Amino acid sequence: MTALAVAEAVAAGERSARSVLEEHLDRIAGREPEIHAFNWVMAAEARAAAAEIDAAVARGEAPGPLAGVPVAVKDNLCTRDAPTTCSSRILEGWRPPYDATAVQRLRAAGAVIVGKTNLDEFAMGSSTEGSAFGPTRNPHDPSRVPGGSSGGSAAAVAAGFAPLALGSDTGGSVRQPAALCGVVGLKPTYGSVSRYGLVAFASSLDQIGPIAASVADAAALFRVISGPDPLDSTCFDPAALAAGNPTAEGQNGEDRPGVPEGVEGLRIGVLAELCGGLAGNGPGVEGVAADVAARTDEAVTALEAAGAAVEAVSVPSVRLGLSAYYLIAPAEASSNLARYDGVRYGLRVEGATAAEMNVNTRTAGFGAEVKRRIMLGTYVLSAGYYDAFYAKALRARALIRRELDEAYERFDLLVCPTAPTTAFELGAKTADLLSMYLNDVCTIPSNLAGHPAISVPFGAGDDGLPVGVQVMGPAGAEHPAGRSPLWRAAAALERAAAP
Amino acid sequence: MSPREPSIPASWELVVGLEVHVELATATKLFCGCANRFGDEPNTNVCPVCLGLPGSLPVVNARAVELAVRLGRALGCGVETSAFARKNYFYPDMPKNYQITQYDRPTNSDGRLELPDGSVVGIERAHIEEDTGKTTHMGSGGRIHDAVYSLVDYNRAGVPLVEIVTRPDIRTVEQARACAGELRAVMTAIGASDARMEEGSMRVDANVSVRPAGSGELRTRCEVKNLNSLRSLGRAVAYEARRHVGLWEAGERPRQETRHWDESGGRTISGRSKEEVEDYRYFTDPDLVPLTVDGAAVAEVDAALPELPAARRAGLAAAGVAAEAAALVVERGQDGLVLAAVAAGADPGLTVTRVVNDLALDDWSQVTPEGLAALAGMERAGKLSATQSKQVLAEMAATGGDPAAVAQRLGFKAMAEADLEAAVDEVIAAHPGEWARFCAGEGDDRKKMAGFLTGRVMRATRGRADGAAVNRLLTNRAIRP
Ligand SMILES: [Zn+2]
Repeated sequence: MTALAVAEAVAAGERSARSVLEEHLDRIAGREPEIHAFNWVMAAEARAAAAEIDAAVARGEAPGPLAGVPVAVKDNLCTRDAPTTCSSRILEGWRPPYDATAVQRLRAAGAVIVGKTNLDEFAMGSSTEGSAFGPTRNPHDPSRVPGGSSGGSAAAVAAGFAPLALGSDTGGSVRQPAALCGVVGLKPTYGSVSRYGLVAFASSLDQIGPIAASVADAAALFRVISGPDPLDSTCFDPAALAAGNPTAEGQNGEDRPGVPEGVEGLRIGVLAELCGGLAGNGPGVEGVAADVAARTDEAVTALEAAGAAVEAVSVPSVRLGLSAYYLIAPAEASSNLARYDGVRYGLRVEGATAAEMNVNTRTAGFGAEVKRRIMLGTYVLSAGYYDAFYAKALRARALIRRELDEAYERFDLLVCPTAPTTAFELGAKTADLLSMYLNDVCTIPSNLAGHPAISVPFGAGDDGLPVGVQVMGPAGAEHPAGRSPLWRAAAALERAAAP
Repeated sequence: MSPREPSIPASWELVVGLEVHVELATATKLFCGCANRFGDEPNTNVCPVCLGLPGSLPVVNARAVELAVRLGRALGCGVETSAFARKNYFYPDMPKNYQITQYDRPTNSDGRLELPDGSVVGIERAHIEEDTGKTTHMGSGGRIHDAVYSLVDYNRAGVPLVEIVTRPDIRTVEQARACAGELRAVMTAIGASDARMEEGSMRVDANVSVRPAGSGELRTRCEVKNLNSLRSLGRAVAYEARRHVGLWEAGERPRQETRHWDESGGRTISGRSKEEVEDYRYFTDPDLVPLTVDGAAVAEVDAALPELPAARRAGLAAAGVAAEAAALVVERGQDGLVLAAVAAGADPGLTVTRVVNDLALDDWSQVTPEGLAALAGMERAGKLSATQSKQVLAEMAATGGDPAAVAQRLGFKAMAEADLEAAVDEVIAAHPGEWARFCAGEGDDRKKMAGFLTGRVMRATRGRADGAAVNRLLTNRAIRP
């Protein structure tokens, strides 16, 4: 049952939120020990929330657009009724005194939060193996990773633990696990969703995004969580986009849920560098597997068949994305994670002096990948290295944004794979950092540019595991939710992929 | 006025620049809605944002920006699109272990400050930043190294500050004090801050160096911190200058370092050396967007700026008030009253004397310029003695009213000349020794005796006598006994 169908049935009094919840809690009880999607299952809190929804319906009140829909929330989003750990020892047991804005909006929409999902520690990783509390496994094949860092959220949706989940995407952390788990994941335009209450990894790149089993459900969740927030200065009002995004229809009309329209007349570019290269423009990025490239080709063909004008396009600077990202994101992380010092909350390991206590706490509390990125980020911001590394990465970032914006003058959307391969075996890439980092090569450009991108399942690889295709758009292209060209293309792929 | 510090030899020149932090007088903190208030219970004005809890985000307080721009314009600065940066370092009273400040794009830059003596100190920049919490180290010493434990109060964390950085244009100890004093006067005049050094709402650090007189070089400087009053500032700058001269003359050189002023010891003490300088790894804060203050907003700020102390001093001088007195009157915020009283016909000198010496700072709202002018007139005409005039003024401040009516109510009327003469003669008769010394005396002894005899007359007449008249009578009788 889709999230929209659940919400409709609960609002109509045809199903109780409580019965919907119990069905999902049963599924969690059955498979969670194997999958480990959650750090914390909030059964009691969820039952109380469901009872409230049912009481509201009984009183004849409108229970909200996500009435009674179970939602899994990534454990780097603050929740006042459950611990928020970022899958790190350093925050183990910490209970925020407040809800993230996105969480607050979920509650206001009648959603029922079922638990906090596992992630790579502080969202730094692509397999969820970087969690301090053990890895999450892919519901399609438990010997494989679910992707990351929102692996717990993607696995929860794929396993039917919840129809919807919230993830966060800094370099692909919503889209790549969505692709590997065969579900839909959106990375919104930077500033579409308030970051208030999202524990920061790299503030200029982080966005909260919806994960769902269908495009329409993802749109419904996005509609609830997006919109301006006085608590986040970088959050914008989509109404302000209307003038700048002529292809987004209905900006002045009512924003209605429902089945998106088709793709007739849309100009769609096939992003050559991320699809195996383009003659005359040098090679594509490394590592896109043949089966993934083949599914992407089929997706492009399907869009063309549905009426879109399709053409290859080269955006050479996207090749710089991975390098720029691994300078910018650690730089911001080194500053964002400085607050975990044992003074005010979370883990404290005593020492003879305050400084020694800081060091002891951070040594014990952070995992290897987090320490690596803090050190890398500290290094690239240091006097004497800033210009050679950080400043240069910012220039690369500006170049990528400019070249993508230029491409969007000729194309409404761009298409490429979401992840270079299907889900890999646990442990397969933990020893080879570069191969792990390469997982995000196709998703990083959208984060650096601040643009939206959505991953839609499209067939399977040679191993029978899901493949995701990514549709990218210019800033604001995901507005209005469910109806703009980005959503229409995503829905067209969903229809074409249906058996 | 503090006692004059021994100065450095004339062959050396002092070079000082100030870094002045002022707390902005906003209702709430810089990036959250918590109260910006001094003296509350520790850790009561805090929230996820100013505690730097995971997931919290700063949102800039528009009022703080407005006050900062006002401050910048009052210092003649240009206002540019500015950006916030993170200054990264670990300290327990820093909730995020970085401070949000401005680095390469300050809100205000390139201004000037005119001091009461007419000299000008350049303002390099005046940027916005957040304050840290306050740490109290418990156990011996009061320093973090040997503390048994430390208590942190985050009420101050996130309080809006402006850091004003002057150019190294200051050449004397007096100028250093005057510069800080003038900044304080400007801050209070424009309502940007209450600028109290003793309470820490204005914190002054001095960058001190010396150079051979006449050379244009800039030698190694030391940053002197912990200056809690203008007096400390003056003493510390003078001490540090002498220390530098001593080192240079001994063939040594000062180390570039931070030094703390030890008030009771009257010396500066080495803090952390700048050789092991911290790398703050500044970068633009991605949580905040650039601050753009457009021309119209700046024009609005300019239009709303009150008259600044320098202009107000000039106004008093034009009205005939002496320079030093004018500075004092402006500092006390009573220049409007004085100017209006002078315009109503009062003698400038006498009015300023009464206002500065005898009018309380906190409540003089009932005193009208006309009343003040009338009072000065009565005193000038000898209808009231100085002592009586002070009492009438106190009564006017307390209850309002016209000085003539107040004087009447208090039973004051000028003594008849005959009564005064009788009183003087009685005192002369009662103190023949002193009278003889007065008549025969020269210079200081005569002055001393005059004071003694006048005092006796005052006591006998319960202050109704006019001091000047008594003096005249004494002099006359000494010539023609
Ligand atoms: Zn606060």
